[in-house]
Amino acid sequence: MINAVLVFNNHGKPRLVRFYQHLAEEVQQQLIRETFHLVLKRDEHICNFLECGSLFGGADYKLIYRHYATLYFVFCVDSSESELGILDLIQVFVETLDKCFENVCELDLIFHMDKVHYVLQEVVIGGMVLETNMNEIVAQVEAQSKLEKAEGGLSAAPSRAVSAVKNINLPEIPRNINIGDINIKVPSLSQFM
Amino acid sequence: MALKMVKGSIDRMFDKNLQDLVRGIRNHKEDEAKYISQCIDEIKQELKQDNIAVKSNAVCKLTYLQMLGYDISWAAFNIIEVMSASKFTFKRIGYLAASQCFHEGTDVIMLTTNQIRKDLSSPNQYDTGVALTGLSCFVTPDLARDLANDIMTLMSHTKPYIRKKAVLIMYKVFLKYPESLRPAFPRLKEKLEDPDPGVQSAAVNVICELARRNPKNYLSLAPLFFKLMTSSTNNWVLIKIIKLFGALTPLEPRLGKKLIEPLTNLIHSTSAMSLLYECVNTVIAVLISLSSGMPNHSASIQLCVQKLRILIEDSDQNLKYLGLLAMSKILKTHPKSVQSHKDLILQCLDDKDESIRLRALDLLYGMVSKKNLMEIVKKLMIHVDKAEGTTYRDELLTKIIDICSQSNYQYITNFEWYISILVELTRLEGTRHGHLIAAQMLDVAIRVKAIRKFAVSQMAMLLDNAHLIASNTQRNGICEVLYAAAWICGEFSEHLEEANQTLEAMLRPKVTTLPGHIQAVYVQNMVKLYASILQQKEQSGEKEAAQEITQLMIERLPQFVQSADLEVQERASCILQLIKYIQKLQIKEVPVAEEVIALFAGELNPVAPKAQKKVPVPEGLDLDAWINEPPSDSESEDEKPKTIFHDEEQRHSRHRQPEIDEEELARRREARKQEQANNPFYIKSSPSPQKRYQDTPGVEHIPVVQIDLSVPLKVPGMPMSDQYVKLEEERRHKQKLEKDKKKKKQKKEKRGKHHRHNSLHTESEEDITPAHHVDIITEEMPENALPSDEDDKDPNDPYKALDIDLDKPLADSEKLPVQRHRNAETLKSPDSEAPPVEKSKKPKKKEKKHREKERDKGKKKEKEKKVVEEEEEKKGEDLDFWLSTAPPPVSTAQPQSGPEVSAAVVAEPEEVKKEEREEQQEEDEGKKSSKHKKKKHKKEKEEKSKDKKKSKKKHHSEEEATESVQNGTLDDEPLPPMSSYRLLAENPYIKMTYDIQGNLQNDSQVTVSVIFENKSTSFLKSMELNVLDSLNTKMLRPEGSSVHDGIPVPFQLPPGISNEAQFVFTLQSIVMAQKLKGTLSFIVKNDEGSTHEKLDFKLHFSCASYLITTPCYSDAFAKLLESGDLHMSSIKVDGISISFQHLLAKICFHHHFSVVERVDSCASMYSRSIQGHHVCLLVKKGENSVSIDGKCSDSTLLSNLLDEMKETLSKC
Repeated sequence: MINAVLVFNNHGKPRLVRFYQHLAEEVQQQLIRETFHLVLKRDEHICNFLECGSLFGGADYKLIYRHYATLYFVFCVDSSESELGILDLIQVFVETLDKCFENVCELDLIFHMDKVHYVLQEVVIGGMVLETNMNEIVAQVEAQSKLEKAEGGLSAAPSRAVSAVKNINLPEIPRNINIGDINIKVPSLSQFM
Repeated sequence: MALKMVKGSIDRMFDKNLQDLVRGIRNHKEDEAKYISQCIDEIKQELKQDNIAVKSNAVCKLTYLQMLGYDISWAAFNIIEVMSASKFTFKRIGYLAASQCFHEGTDVIMLTTNQIRKDLSSPNQYDTGVALTGLSCFVTPDLARDLANDIMTLMSHTKPYIRKKAVLIMYKVFLKYPESLRPAFPRLKEKLEDPDPGVQSAAVNVICELARRNPKNYLSLAPLFFKLMTSSTNNWVLIKIIKLFGALTPLEPRLGKKLIEPLTNLIHSTSAMSLLYECVNTVIAVLISLSSGMPNHSASIQLCVQKLRILIEDSDQNLKYLGLLAMSKILKTHPKSVQSHKDLILQCLDDKDESIRLRALDLLYGMVSKKNLMEIVKKLMIHVDKAEGTTYRDELLTKIIDICSQSNYQYITNFEWYISILVELTRLEGTRHGHLIAAQMLDVAIRVKAIRKFAVSQMAMLLDNAHLIASNTQRNGICEVLYAAAWICGEFSEHLEEANQTLEAMLRPKVTTLPGHIQAVYVQNMVKLYASILQQKEQSGEKEAAQEITQLMIERLPQFVQSADLEVQERASCILQLIKYIQKLQIKEVPVAEEVIALFAGELNPVAPKAQKKVPVPEGLDLDAWINEPPSDSESEDEKPKTIFHDEEQRHSRHRQPEIDEEELARRREARKQEQANNPFYIKSSPSPQKRYQDTPGVEHIPVVQIDLSVPLKVPGMPMSDQYVKLEEERRHKQKLEKDKKKKKQKKEKRGKHHRHNSLHTESEEDITPAHHVDIITEEMPENALPSDEDDKDPNDPYKALDIDLDKPLADSEKLPVQRHRNAETLKSPDSEAPPVEKSKKPKKKEKKHREKERDKGKKKEKEKKVVEEEEEKKGEDLDFWLSTAPPPVSTAQPQSGPEVSAAVVAEPEEVKKEEREEQQEEDEGKKSSKHKKKKHKKEKEEKSKDKKKSKKKHHSEEEATESVQNGTLDDEPLPPMSSYRLLAENPYIKMTYDIQGNLQNDSQVTVSVIFENKSTSFLKSMELNVLDSLNTKMLRPEGSSVHDGIPVPFQLPPGISNEAQFVFTLQSIVMAQKLKGTLSFIVKNDEGSTHEKLDFKLHFSCASYLITTPCYSDAFAKLLESGDLHMSSIKVDGISISFQHLLAKICFHHHFSVVERVDSCASMYSRSIQGHHVCLLVKKGENSVSIDGKCSDSTLLSNLLDEMKETLSKC
């Protein structure tokens, strides 16, 4: 079982946090910090496995991580997972992100955390590996993006689509915004008009 | 330009989206928290709006904030709102947020049940997928219970994308709702052979997770996994399976033998390192499980070690790490093969990677032998000195201690050396493990009697140099060793040479800076020291000196009396008073030493940590019984605590009343002894079987210590262990020379001299005798301690609940709770609670039904037990067979082939069935007969031809069938397969088989389960079943429909698929069998169009179908017979050739009886009708006949029943 998937940058800023068991937010942050410190200490070119002691509650757990440019991808797994297998899986995950975002960089992850989650959901589900074939993962992610676009979705689409959607929704705006907002924002609008 | 402005203002007017939020946070680096709290306020506003788009945008932002550590659980309800949006876009956002923040404590989660159910059954696969994904993260026991059936249905979804998700989620469901495991398991197993590799992989994944926790329940799947392993090419699946086998082999060594070959092949052939590594790992597990010394396995070990060496030497640190990891596993059983790579491992200790160094350390732990222990520890000590960073050094320290103390100090030949190592370790700066060292010192000093003298001298030295240890506050951890030092010096003060000096060292003012608990020990042990000095002085007549020492104590003790630590203060003041009293006596020139010494008489023996737990409960003591009834008078309740208090007072008397005179002391001691002798919970010091080597008090047993006088004693501050290494080498050399001289004689003698109880020496080790004849005292255990391995089991283990026997037949109560099906609703039948819609293949279905049938039977406890036992044996047999006879890949499925076929053709002509049965029996019985092989060959051929046709289908029936064979049986003998399903009607399109079950809850209803099997290549739909009601028997139809309306069958049948529907009938009288005519109408749809078809049938309600298997105990049975209001009737059937065993099984199975008692060839049986008629049978078997006497409260029912029975039996 995979216990957690964490992505953070070289400064320990979380970019993706996915725990497969419930933990309070403070505990999550604490774990991210401690994991970051453990990983940060390690040089490049030393092994990618890290015993984390009782950090994740049990000596059975192991951290398996990869470092790409500015980002650390850390999987916390128990002994039922193959270490090298998970290492490959991280690679698959990152390559999938690369395909989905076209040359992924940290900024993509920062601004599209939700989309990164959706990609991860096609790779790991509830702590168990769902799919390891990149093409299959990409196909499913894209099919869902398409579905979203067809629905005129707004949140995860690229910025161009977002503004397009916003324009589409224009007639709805006055209806949906509460009075307080109108008070603030109406001047700029009327000025233009 | 203008457009841009419009856009900008619109953007601002429209709410911030996630990107804006992120951007905003990045632009407010200085006041991030403030900015975010603003944003949260905005989000709260947005959540209040009705527009779902705005809401989901807000929820999306919340999800981001959650990642930053903000609690968003307050928005749980809004998240649910977004989850229930109809658009996928929003739904997905909702589920994502839910998966991040929902948990068992989220109270609104119960509101989601119906929404999730709706999403699960959505026609859009991605809605379903998103719901499954979300559920995987926040499933609660309630959700699991309510949705288990829906998810189980999804396991057979048409889209593999959904199937694989559903399969994986089932694991989470099992964890939360363990009751679902057994009903869902057959389908899960079926998924192992799903055509989609992803689904297959998911099923393997889930079963591996399950099996990892409770491997023994999954042993029966070994043949199936073996087949998968030899056929699959998916490395991911292979790795999982191979890992699973690693967990299974310890339970079944023969499995290991079977595995070695294919695994070795994989090791040779694969290029994937991950797979290679797992193969090696499992081969190691196999080798561990096999008894060592098998000649042909040394090659496998060599192969593993050799491959691992390649990994370790690889420049890839990951491989190096894993190589070491696996190596440590080999080490446990085959230390020799690893020991030859010591160089490589020691080299890894210098690696720059800490993980690798730690792994290498682990390896060293297992690599030590008597021969190399000193050398290895010396190397480690060097690393300790070099190590920077306290964590690694601490790790080294614990490893050194582990290495030396492992298996009861097995490898230590020279305890003086070990004590000096421990003393050297006390010089480590800033270690946290002072207590560890202290514990070791205590343990060694207590348990190795021979070393006490030396230990005491070393400890005295430590106490003398206490200032070095305790001076630095940073070294606090290490001052723990003073605790041990003080105790050892006090307890074994008779060995002290310079007791005076040590006492003075302990009385130094500096001591008061030590932690309280250490001071307390100091104070207590000072008195022990004092007592022994006193005795010594008195014996030698130095009264002056004795008084001097008393004076010293009285002068110095007050510093402890003033201690802030209660314990220290209390002890010190007690002791001060005692010594003042002694001083008075001394002045009167009364000899006191003997009495003072008596305070500390007796030896302390180590008690095993688990000793308390293992005290057996004495016979006749019921710990759960009330000692007194709870509302009884208070007098007796008061009494108990009183005695306990009194008791304690006695025990502590020596602290509290130090001035007690000798007589009183002796009296009390005697009393205590008496009390202890009578107290079953007191751990007496008489030798128990566990402590063979523990001495009975007395000098004779203390082994003679041969201290090598050339050992330089007491060189404070200088490492001594090195000298020991040298000395030890010399000693061994000498020994060897000596031994060479008188080789033959000595060998025998030496073996006799070995006082160690641990005798895992390798040959070379046997040559090394310990420097002292060391007597290691085993920890004490209470007499009759219960041997148990349960100590390590954690009662709170969440996986324990999943320790479920999966081969046991399903019981009635085990059905998954289902939202009632339309059909079931109208019929109001509790029986239709069983999952009504199942798209599964026929044999499986049949098996399931079969099991359902068995459930009733299972109700009788006694019998169930029997059945289970029998099954286990059966399972064992099948596995046995697979493990013993069949050559690996081809015949994996062979042993089951017999029952498989016979089960598959249950409804086919009797002849075929018989033939198959014969074969199966032959297979079961004549495993070793030479004829058997021939037969098997023949069958193999048969099988293969069948294989080609329906290799897919075959596999389902394969395991199912074995189980069904197991089910209907009572005893050891194998039984032919039985199915309670009878053929209802058949035409080229469809085949219907049915079974009738009585309804426990309703005395006038029975449930008819009909399996519809589509035999054609067309699609069957709009099936409708109708019967012509009789006066007595009527089909239950939905309210408002007329007697001429049929009941629609709630599913459609694709080609080759079978499914089951249940119909409820109401009856008035049940004493007679009934026949109802009926028709099934359906539409056949194929490429050429659709046609309307009909199939007539006759539904036969036998009297047996009104009976419900009910357990009855013999006393109740006897009462029933005595009551006398039963009618009697009997039959006799001739020409019975089957065994009594089978006969009873048949009656039980087909006529719903249960066996009450069985004596030889005579058995009493019982059953009950749904209307409460008791039916008792006495079955007697003669040579070729069977007579059945029956008693029943209704004579018509009885005679009808007996007639039916006659018919069944005459077929035998």
